[in-house]
Amino acid sequence: MTTTNPEPSVIAAPPITQISPGAWVKKNLFSDWFNTILTIVCLGAIAWLGYGLLTWIFTQAQWQVVPANLRLFFVGRYPAPLMWRPWTALGIIAVSAGLTWGILARSTWLFNRTGLIFLGVLAVLFVALSVPVSLNTSLLLLAILGLSVAAAFAGQQIGQRFPTLVSWLALGWLGIFFIVFGLIRGGLFLREVRLDDLSGLLLTLLTAIVSIVLSFPIGILLALGRQSNLPVVRWMSIGFIEIIRGLPLITILFMSSLLVPLILPPNVRIDRVVRAIAGLTLFSAAYLAENVRGGLQSIPRGQSEAAKALGLSAPLVTVLIILPQALKAVIPTIVGQFISLFKDTSLLAIIGFAELLGISQSILSNPNFLGRYQEVYAFDTVIYFCCCYAMALASRRLEKQLRTENR
Amino acid sequence: MSKWGSLLLAMMLAVAPIAACSSSSDTAGTEEGEGASGHLSTVLGRGSLVCGVNGQLPGFSFVNETGEYSGLDVDVCKAIAAAMFDDPEAVEYRNLSAQERFTAVQSGEIDVLIRNTTWTISRDTSVGMEFAPTTFYDGQGMMVPVASGVEDLEGLAGKSICVQSGTTTELNLTDQMRKIGAEFTPIVFDDEDAVYAAYAQGRCQGVTSDRSQLTARRETLAAPDEHVVLDVVMSKEPLGPAVANGDTQWSDAVKWITYALIQAEEFGITSENIAEFENSEDPSIRTFLGLEGSLGSDMGLPNDFTARAIRAVGNYGEIYERNIGEPFGLERGPNELWTNGGLLYAPPFR
Repeated sequence: MTTTNPEPSVIAAPPITQISPGAWVKKNLFSDWFNTILTIVCLGAIAWLGYGLLTWIFTQAQWQVVPANLRLFFVGRYPAPLMWRPWTALGIIAVSAGLTWGILARSTWLFNRTGLIFLGVLAVLFVALSVPVSLNTSLLLLAILGLSVAAAFAGQQIGQRFPTLVSWLALGWLGIFFIVFGLIRGGLFLREVRLDDLSGLLLTLLTAIVSIVLSFPIGILLALGRQSNLPVVRWMSIGFIEIIRGLPLITILFMSSLLVPLILPPNVRIDRVVRAIAGLTLFSAAYLAENVRGGLQSIPRGQSEAAKALGLSAPLVTVLIILPQALKAVIPTIVGQFISLFKDTSLLAIIGFAELLGISQSILSNPNFLGRYQEVYAFDTVIYFCCCYAMALASRRLEKQLRTENR
Repeated sequence: MSKWGSLLLAMMLAVAPIAACSSSSDTAGTEEGEGASGHLSTVLGRGSLVCGVNGQLPGFSFVNETGEYSGLDVDVCKAIAAAMFDDPEAVEYRNLSAQERFTAVQSGEIDVLIRNTTWTISRDTSVGMEFAPTTFYDGQGMMVPVASGVEDLEGLAGKSICVQSGTTTELNLTDQMRKIGAEFTPIVFDDEDAVYAAYAQGRCQGVTSDRSQLTARRETLAAPDEHVVLDVVMSKEPLGPAVANGDTQWSDAVKWITYALIQAEEFGITSENIAEFENSEDPSIRTFLGLEGSLGSDMGLPNDFTARAIRAVGNYGEIYERNIGEPFGLERGPNELWTNGGLLYAPPFR
């Protein structure tokens, strides 16, 4: 059976329409009486809200609570003489992020317009910080930003020379995670900081990242277990997933903080941060398993049959053929799950942890800042938004990367 | 394809922190797990006190701008640490929620609970706590705008009252109002800040909470002078340190360190003039400061434990002024010495 594509004699280019802003507004906002009313009502509402918000931000809010407690928000009660360790960790992360960016963008422009705007905003923000906080902090942040940009250029060069480096990025980041964790926590030749003493955004990030990293493999194993042909594995996976999904997260956290110490023998004591992380991980893994199962089911049977026909063993079929495609299909839902896990760490405040929300509540009980909760919670909102949006951006980047490479 | 190989390797390595964490926490557990027979020696051997606090209560325990814990409860923690180790900073603080505080004491996760805990019969008996002397006599009060002219609970009949939900405060209010036969509309919030925000906006004609909190919150209102904390006390809330039942030596230590702060005020010994008192000829003061006799060493503490505590945080009056009196302007009232008409009374040190 042959098909021929009839070649069109003239390939017409799509018409280029250049419309003036006025015409655009008329076309999109005021095309008929209904849209006109809708536009006016919406603009009115936005203006009213925006005016109220701006008035509050600039005239009513008393922001001195934020700069006065900036260190508490970010690193909590981390010992002041050891502050160089979180700074170094931030530097390592920034440089690694720059390198990664450079390696990923090795063949394209390093900084497009959005990237430049982003960097500019960051730089202005850091300079502006010197007024309410201190010049040293501002300079330090600028230096880290500079290092990060330099690392991006270096990464681009390295990436062009060794294109295979891309495949090792995941492993590299895991290594960086351990280095940073070791640096913050101490041990070996550094003075050890107890996990219990971590607080503020540092604790939020620690619990979120560790839970995310751990729940990913557990979730995949559970998803595979649920599809397994072995009845014991299948039923145990189903049981675990359904029980955990049937419990609210706060219940699991209460159990991990209250019941576990009572059940354990008196001489075994698990750090409560570890218990909380375990609770978050189990909860997240159960949801993740269902997300991954959705991906597994979207792969046509033909894929695994073809792989088997090529002589691959069952584990190899799963690892090399099924999982890569399945995971790629569910990246958006997985990232959604991780973002919600990140925000769920705020529940730890209820069981007495001083993570970002907990330390905010502690700051709010300082007699000097009593009743400043609007400002403090607004600041928390900004921090949470920045973290979550960064995760969303990274996931979009990852999707784009995988799409261009595998097609 | 190699991308996913690396990811898989990464996943396998990710399991490593579980092992790392569990091994490190095991060693921490054995240090503290000596059992109830000699908790005092366990704490002395460890060299630091694990103190369970609220962490989010103005005046009692919170983290100040420099990242240090401070407040009245925190100062009692510091006094105990100073009495034992001569170092008020040898304290590890644990923020505890109301739900987990007693479990934390019983499981030995903390040595002493100083978390604005009301001393009640059920907590002292069935919950298995052992209370040290009360460090703050609180009580539920009521705040109203001066302009409303309300002077007692009857005056609030038919009005709405803001209250935090899920606390005994809510129950006490209902009980008290029913007793005097006054109808009212409770406006209930889950969050404490929301309660006072609603009151500030005029959504209710009165707000009820512990008197210490009302006084603290009054200062944050736009015009503090336009509000008044009524002279009614709806409940008794004696707040004090608590330890687990069953280890008398340890509970005695906490009890008498707390009493020492009160006794020091009665003697007039402060953190500043303690050096003069050490030259005193008065035998009761010399015994109290551990210069004579063996009050301290008999109970397993350093003999000068009182002097150490006072040098570090001062006497009860100083602690009160620093944390409650000065920031909030709350009168001492029942938290005054018995000699001044209050309730603070330390048994004799002899």
